[in-house]
Amino acid sequence: MTPNPQAPGFREKHCHPERSGAESKDLQFARAATDASPLKEESFLRRCVFSTDHRVIGRQYLVLALISVAIGTVLSLLMRLHLTWPEIGLPLHGPILPEDYLALVTFHGTLMIFYVLTTAPQSGFGNLILPSQIGARHMAFPRLNAAAFWLTAVALVTLLSATLAQGGGPISGWTAYPPLSAVASAGPGQGLGMDLWLASLGLFSIATTIASVNTLTTVIRCRCEGMTWERLPLTVWGWFTAALLSLLAFSVLLAALLLLFCDRHAGTSFFVPAGDIVGRTLHGGGNGSPLLWLHLFWFFGHPEVYIAILPGMGLTSMVLGNFARRRIFGYRIMIATTLLIGFLGILVWGHHMFVAGLNPFAGTAFSVSTMAIAIPAAAKVLSWLATIWRSRPEPKSAMLFALGFVSLFVTGGLTGPILAQPILDQYLHNTFFVVAHFHIIMAMAGVFGLFSATYYWFPQIAGTPLRPARLMSETLGRIHFWGTLAGAYATFLPMHITGLEGEPRHYAQLTGIPGQQAAHLLARTIPLQAPITFAAIFLAAAQLPFLLNLVVSLRNGRLAPPNPWNATTLEWAPEPSPDETIAVHRAPCDYRQRNNEATFLPQWVSDSSTE
Amino acid sequence: MLLQPLTTANLILLRWPLPADASAHGPALDHHLILNIWIAGALLGTVHLILLIGLLSRRRSTESRRGWIVEYVPLSFIIVLFAGLTIQAEILWASARYTGADAAALQVEVTGMQFAWYFRYPGADAAFGRTDAKLVAPGEGNPVGIDPADPRGADDFVTSELVLPVGRAIDLRLHAQDVIHGFAVPEMRLKQNAVPGETIHLHFTPTIAGTYAILCTQLCGSGHYRMQANLRVLPPGEFAAWLASRQSGAAR
Repeated sequence: MTPNPQAPGFREKHCHPERSGAESKDLQFARAATDASPLKEESFLRRCVFSTDHRVIGRQYLVLALISVAIGTVLSLLMRLHLTWPEIGLPLHGPILPEDYLALVTFHGTLMIFYVLTTAPQSGFGNLILPSQIGARHMAFPRLNAAAFWLTAVALVTLLSATLAQGGGPISGWTAYPPLSAVASAGPGQGLGMDLWLASLGLFSIATTIASVNTLTTVIRCRCEGMTWERLPLTVWGWFTAALLSLLAFSVLLAALLLLFCDRHAGTSFFVPAGDIVGRTLHGGGNGSPLLWLHLFWFFGHPEVYIAILPGMGLTSMVLGNFARRRIFGYRIMIATTLLIGFLGILVWGHHMFVAGLNPFAGTAFSVSTMAIAIPAAAKVLSWLATIWRSRPEPKSAMLFALGFVSLFVTGGLTGPILAQPILDQYLHNTFFVVAHFHIIMAMAGVFGLFSATYYWFPQIAGTPLRPARLMSETLGRIHFWGTLAGAYATFLPMHITGLEGEPRHYAQLTGIPGQQAAHLLARTIPLQAPITFAAIFLAAAQLPFLLNLVVSLRNGRLAPPNPWNATTLEWAPEPSPDETIAVHRAPCDYRQRNNEATFLPQWVSDSSTE
Repeated sequence: MLLQPLTTANLILLRWPLPADASAHGPALDHHLILNIWIAGALLGTVHLILLIGLLSRRRSTESRRGWIVEYVPLSFIIVLFAGLTIQAEILWASARYTGADAAALQVEVTGMQFAWYFRYPGADAAFGRTDAKLVAPGEGNPVGIDPADPRGADDFVTSELVLPVGRAIDLRLHAQDVIHGFAVPEMRLKQNAVPGETIHLHFTPTIAGTYAILCTQLCGSGHYRMQANLRVLPPGEFAAWLASRQSGAAR
């Protein structure tokens, strides 16, 4: 096969989700929309804004996530600065009040978990890469896909508008435990700000449910000829499992949000008990239970963290195999562990509730199911280690970030079993030990997955029908990697220590505490606060080379060859013509030694052409 | 007994980030926590060492690798290790939580509200009087809403610090008046949410006299960071004197 000079963005493959039965209206529309020649005149609005092309939608999600992560990072720096130097005020705002700090916490958590870690890996790279990796020409439901993105964008604007609400933004954190979140008088920001927060997440839940239906349908119905389940790249398994979890989790979240909204405005009492007195008003309605919210929320919330990390796990596996030029060790075990982690992820929500008023026997059950996740997770780490063992991989930026993912996944993962033991959670719950744990495993490992994906798939991001595919700068990439790795560890490792010292989360300040003994206890954590803040500033600054790299490489990056990493998966296949049947002939990562020379067989190369 | 000095030395050497430990169940919890941290640290070091050696060694073909050595042997080791930790943790959890407090335990009711803790003692009759949310009036000295119509409540008294005797089992009943609060005493290795509409029991035994911090560890509103109280643990004699003075105050 001759290399095709065309950009990957040119690729148009046929999806046949309706192999049997009548074609839906949506699909007919999709074909009409995507089968059109790319050279056909289309308005800018149609092509770049309200497009139904999955690549455009994928890029839109990535831009949305980039905006969100930038805001979320600035908010986290403000929190760190305030914790360390509480007397510093903000220009145009004045001093940071306790409710301002809690609003920062709420916006930071909501932005990062929903608008960054759910959108970018799953919807961003999922849309950009998934169809071509399974040999489909487009997603199953292009119009729904576009609708989901625009709903997400409206949800983001709704969330940000909560900052302008009277009383300020909501202060109840991303978990929004009632009655604090159910009663407007419970605190500043719990009125209109909280309503906007609920509306934002309600829209987000609908959008994500739509997107996950789309992903599931695409993977089940649109795989090309020869793409058996076992030949699916592990990235696709990651997206598929995450979509399964999304479908379950976000529909439960949506229900919980609706119930909470009814408690606030329709006089119901799902989450507020009779006789509750908030801000001198006695709740006289029915007798609800705040614990019901915790159950519903964490039934969503725990799968949610796997939704954030599963695509990163899949990508890490594929990138390690690609650069180690090896078959991924235990490919079928990798598929099984992905599904097992997803399945167990549904059964562990109670580990967030060991000290929340759960029956102690339930605590034991949830503890055992949580500890069990260590088994598939450890199996994945062993596969990664075996895949790269003595492989002398090329240290490209994408590979470095995948290795960083493994390191952070192990470091953050090992504190998981500690927190999964209820007797230890009785001391560690809601301390900075927990903050350190989930920032390393979910935030940092998740973001390392995203960075690896960006460096790896940059030709797919940059290449459009009108622009050539380009690569990012490796030099800037290396600077970015080492800075980010050092910054991540320097920021979050010391938080384990302040957590063990007893520093609770959500404390707006550690000095000026009225309780004498409490002040004494918290004072022990103060020496580490400034180093953590400096490390956080360094970590944020280490992202500047990345932003520079993005801007420069989009316009002037080195032109990418058709298959720059010698990859074996279909997104790097030459452009098939519209009437060509796409087919795969083997499992991915077919790297082998032949006559002492490393060769590889991509999935799209037929056996006859290699003989 | 033979192991005792070793364990104590271990604790002093390795427990540096942890605050003082003054409860009966605390040392076992600390011991298990430190064991866990050491195991996590050792696994962390091992994995990174393997990762680095694997990256820096010369390339080698892997066609003949035997899967079970690489995958199943270490995996079995991890399963056994984590199963052991889980069993030990559940034993400690069961002894702390599966059963209620000793029948002779001192009863104290803890009420969390934005942003203070109140502690109610049942008085000489060892029975708490009825409370009513409609009667809650912090400004008038009745922050938990004790109903004067109930005679059992006549000798109840409410304090803003928790005073307990050394060496006696304590049975706390946790309430929250408005939103969820987190009752936490780091030096007693205790944490339990107080949930509106529920009564949650928590029992423990303080072992060392002193004054300790009570924090709120569940985000409860803008004053969350300043919702604190003191726990004063007194020798039995001093506690009896304190109790007598408070009870005579309540009776008057």
